[in-house]
Parts: sequence; C-alpha cells; structure tokens
Amino acid sequence: MSVASFVLQLLNSLAAMLLLLSFAMLSQRRVVTLVNFLALQGAILCAATLLLAWRTGEINLYLSAALTLGLKVIFLPWLLHRLIRRLDVYWDTDTLLNIPGTMLVGLVVVVFSFGLAQPITALASTATRSAVGIAVAVILLAFLTMITRRKAMSQVIGFLSMENGLFFGAMSATYGMPMVVEMGVALDVLVAMLVLGVFFFQIREQFDSLDLERLESNEEEP
Amino acid sequence: MVFLVLIGSPLLGAVVMMWFGARRWAPEANVLFSAVTLLGACAVSARVVVEGNLTFLHDQFFIDPFNIFLATLTAFVGFTTALFSRPYMRIEIERRHIAKRRLRLYHSMYQMFLATMLIALTTNNLGLLWVAMEAATLSTVLLVTFYQTRASIEAGWKYFILCGVGIAQALFGTILVYIAAEKVLGAQGVNALLWTHLNAVKGQLEPRVLSLAFVFLLVGYGTKVGLAPLHNWLPDAHAEGPTPISAVLSGLLLNVAIYAVVRCKVLVEGSLHLPWPAQMLMGFGIFSVVVAAFCLWRQRDIKRLFAYSSIEHMGIITFAFGMGGPVANFAALLHMTVHSLTKSAIFFTVGHATQKSGSQLMDGIRGLVTINPAVGWGLMIGSLVILGMPPFGVFASEFLILTTAMREQPWATPLLLIALGVAFAAIFGRVQPMVFGETAAKRLPHPPALIPIFLHLTLVLLLGLFIPPYLAQWYRAAARLIGGG
Repeated sequence: MSVASFVLQLLNSLAAMLLLLSFAMLSQRRVVTLVNFLALQGAILCAATLLLAWRTGEINLYLSAALTLGLKVIFLPWLLHRLIRRLDVYWDTDTLLNIPGTMLVGLVVVVFSFGLAQPITALASTATRSAVGIAVAVILLAFLTMITRRKAMSQVIGFLSMENGLFFGAMSATYGMPMVVEMGVALDVLVAMLVLGVFFFQIREQFDSLDLERLESNEEEP
Repeated sequence: MVFLVLIGSPLLGAVVMMWFGARRWAPEANVLFSAVTLLGACAVSARVVVEGNLTFLHDQFFIDPFNIFLATLTAFVGFTTALFSRPYMRIEIERRHIAKRRLRLYHSMYQMFLATMLIALTTNNLGLLWVAMEAATLSTVLLVTFYQTRASIEAGWKYFILCGVGIAQALFGTILVYIAAEKVLGAQGVNALLWTHLNAVKGQLEPRVLSLAFVFLLVGYGTKVGLAPLHNWLPDAHAEGPTPISAVLSGLLLNVAIYAVVRCKVLVEGSLHLPWPAQMLMGFGIFSVVVAAFCLWRQRDIKRLFAYSSIEHMGIITFAFGMGGPVANFAALLHMTVHSLTKSAIFFTVGHATQKSGSQLMDGIRGLVTINPAVGWGLMIGSLVILGMPPFGVFASEFLILTTAMREQPWATPLLLIALGVAFAAIFGRVQPMVFGETAAKRLPHPPALIPIFLHLTLVLLLGLFIPPYLAQWYRAAARLIGGG
C-alpha cells in the first residue's frame, strides 16, 4: 500500500472516530465525561489536521493544528472542568427525549447529512472530500445535542462540538479557510467562552441552578 | 488614513475605557471617541463622494455606495446615543440601579460594539464579516445582562445561545461559499472570500453549493436580523439591557445583519439565476411583519413593544430587498436609514420616560406631557413617525414599498396593509395614554438629553421631504448593485 492511500485511510478512520464521538456525546449524561469527549474530539481534529498538513505541506494547516491543540484540546476543556467543579454541575439527566430515541433521530440525521453533502463532495477536489458528509453529520448531531439538553453546560459543549464539525468540514473540503478567518473564529470562540464563564456565575447567583427550565419566566401574556 | 480613524477610534476607545471607564469624565470621553469616529466616517464619505469606491489594506476593506451610508449612519447614531447615555447612566447610578465601577464594562463594550459593527460593514472579506458579527453579539451579551436581574440574565442567555447557534450556521454557509469560490479564484487564495472578487466571478460559482450556502447564511444572519420564526431572542435582549444599548441594538445591529444577508444574496442570485432566494427573503419578510404586528397587541412592557416594532420593520425591509429592482431596493435602503434614526430616537424618549416613572410597564407610565413636555412630544412624534405618518421619511419609504408591491407582488399588499394597520392601532393606542393622562411622577435629577431625540426626528423629516443628491445617488447605485426584481 502506498503512503498516500495509507494516509487517506488513516484520515478516514479519524473522521469515523469523530462521528462516533458525536454519538457518544449525544448519549452521555455525565457532564465531566462530555467535556472529556469534547477534548478527545479536538485531539482527533488536531491529529487529522496535522496529518493533512504533513501530506500537503500547507503551512496554514500546521498553524490551524496548533490553534486547535491550544484552544480546543487544552484550554477550553480545562476551563470547562474548572467551571464544573466550581459550579458543581456533574449530571444532566433529564433530556428532552430518551437516549434510544435520540440515537434513532441521530441515525436519520446522519443519512440526511450525507445527502446534504452530495453537491459539496462533487465539487471539492481535495483527497479528503468524502469526509465532508461526516463533518456535516457532526455539525447536525451537535445541534441535536443542544436541542435535547436542558443544562446550560451541556448546551455549550454541544456548541463547541458544532464548531469542531465546522472546522473539520472546512479542512476536508478545502484544506482550511484563509488564516485570517481561522484566527478570527478562534478568537471569537475564546472570547465567547470567557463571557460564558462570567455568565454561569451570574446565572447561578440568580437562579441557584444551571437548569434552563427555571430560566423561562419572561412572560409576554397579560 | 481616514479609514483607520473610523475603525481605530472605537477600538482605542474600548481599550482606554477598560481602565478609565468609571472615572467622572468617562461619559464625556465616550462621547469624544464616538465623535472622532463620526468625523472619520464623514471624512471617508467625503472621499467617496470625490473619488468613488475605495479599498483599504490590500483589498481587505472596501467602501462602496451600499456600505458607506450605513457606516456613516452607524457612526452618527453611535455618537448621538453616547450623548443620550451620558445623563441616562448618571441617573441610573444615582438611583443605585448599578454600581459605578460597572461603567468600565459598559463604556468599553459600547465602544467595542461600535467597532465591530463598523468592521462588519466595511470589510470586504466574508470571513471577517462573520467574525465581526459574532464579536458584535459577544460585546453586547454582558450589556444585556447588565442589571443582573433574573429577567436580564435569561434574556442574555437566550441572546447568547440563539445568536451563537444562528451564527454557527452562517459560518457553515461562509465555508460553503469558500469551497465554491476556491474552484474559480484559485486554491488557498486569500482573495477567495473577498466580496469584490467574488462579485466579479459570481456567474461561474457552482450554483448547487451556493444555493445550499444561501440557506445556511439566511438562517444564520436572519437570526440576527430577528426574522420570524427566529426572532425569539430579540424582544428580550432589547428590553432588558440599559436603554442606550436597546437603541443601538435596534437601530444599528439589525441593519448590519440585513446588510450581511443582502451581500450574500447578491452573490447567490448572480450564480443561480433563479428566483427562489428572492422568494425566500419575501416569505421571511412578510411572515415577520405579520407575526410582529400581532405580537404587538400582547405587550405590556414599553421596550418590548418597540422591539417587536423593530421586527416588523426588519420584515418590511427584507421583503423589499426580496422584491428587488431599482425602486424596491431604493425604498429598502431609505427605510433602513429612517428606521434606524427613528427607532433610536424613540428609545431615547422611552429611556427617559421609564426613568421618570420607575417602571417599564406601560400601565405605570402616564402623563409624560405634564412632567416633561419635550420627552412626551418626542415619544408621540417618534411613534407617529415609525407608524408611517407623512411627511416623514418612513412614510416615503413605506409608500414606495407598498406601491411596488402592488405592481410586482399583488398577493402581499393586503397582508402588508393589514399588518401596518394592526401595528398602528396597537402602538398608537398604547402611546396615547402614556403621553397624555394624569401623573404624579417627579422630575429627573439630570436634564434629559433632548438634542439627540429631536436631531434624529428632524433628519427623518428632512429625508421625507428632500433626499440630498449624493445620498440619492448612493441609494441608486447600491440599488443597482443589489439588483434582482
């Protein structure tokens, strides 16, 4: 087997692992584990980017991999773990839909994503274009995670997982966005998480809980 | 150089205010930074009048007829809102609604918000546009939760998560545009996301990918525009923050979001040559107008009332851009301008009115004319203007939109007319007892900022009577650029 096809195989299996992790996140109720899955997803994304960078020799991709490593594998999981400990939110048990039901919807979502990715896959000229479908699936599964969860923390983790999917999609279809944009996006994510840290404390101070159910008091009816 | 003043002044302001934002002179410094920004904007527009379209910093930023008037408008309303916020925030502090040190956050984020909007408006790079839009959300989230009440934190959370998810869809759309553009403009091109470059080759972009991209971009940026059914965050966010922030959110941020949608629509339409992107805009627009008009009836909070009115007007603008063609586009651009001026003026009066009566509930606000005639009449006139009374500018633009709709999209005319009628009855019926009627409220410790209110309303009146030739020329050129119809 040639090196090129081996690398491609490796990239495809990394993509498969990303998808698997998305499903794992969909069913996981322990928030700490959820954060660990997120970190693992970041690590896989980073590995895939590095592999692709080595294969294509794009400097941009090395930088992007470094960015992913610093932000999504190290800093954000650390921040989230800290928040979980300080805020004492370990479980997110009551989901909107039970776990098997969520998984079934997830399966439909994956099939739908591959359909959606068809025109993109047809257009892209990169060797990794077949992974675009997986990227779309990761994005939509993260969306599903956000919809079915009640705790603010799990929603944020879903949001970050969506961001991972977006980066993976950009990487597999075009070998990454222009550097300016990637830096800007990373900066936004970073600031968003810092704002979020402040936010969580405000929520807890006012509501004694991070349960979003209680956050529905703004009424409009007379 | 002048361009750097426009972007640099609010950025510098944000940094300076981070340290000195709570000093006694901070509100004045806030006004000063905004004034410098406005001067920068005026200088840039003067150059555009003389030299035509401009690009800056290796094509990363550009000025054309579509964004120049929006940038100037943003700088102008940013300046007048800073004037308004000076007495408003002082009163808030004296009444101990907020601690004085929190003004650092307020002033710094205010300047940051202006900077992000100006970057979003002037950037040529669709990726940077996304980054700036997201940054605009982030800089205002903590201002929405500024009072740290339960309702404000709920509003802030909704704003953060709904706009965050929405804008993530827009990022996916942007990536899709990049995928299509890379095919035409060359691999790894830093230019592949530049709008001017894309616009030049839009006929060659792969239509299937772009149509997919447009759905994501419309849903993404449409969330920020507050198009129904994605509008849930908007009334809460506009009602719970300090009123100066409501004024800029309603008057400016929504405009910037519409601007992003229209920029994307131009590219997609050029690639597709099909009517459905325009039809989607029209559908979302009409739906928002109708939903907002009927929601107006159920409101008890004055700021929520006018937030829903913003949704209604954003719907009208989106609908007009959907119709396309020189007249409808012209009217939509005019409507963006006059809505922004009027709505911020209304929020200024609302701010003073709520401070006087100590309540945002409309039942608690009475007899503004007797305590402070200027504020009372300001609210009355402002409401009549936003409801489309002649001879103000809102009447002119709505009239143009309606007559075009009668000719091009007759099915929409009754819906629009009913919605406008319902909105008129709802808002006028609520405002009338607030302005006239009996009251026992006392005067405010600081004189209210009246200049911004009447300056805005005068400008809207002038725009209704006479549009300056260069402005009309920009509108026409921008309308041609947007095309459609």
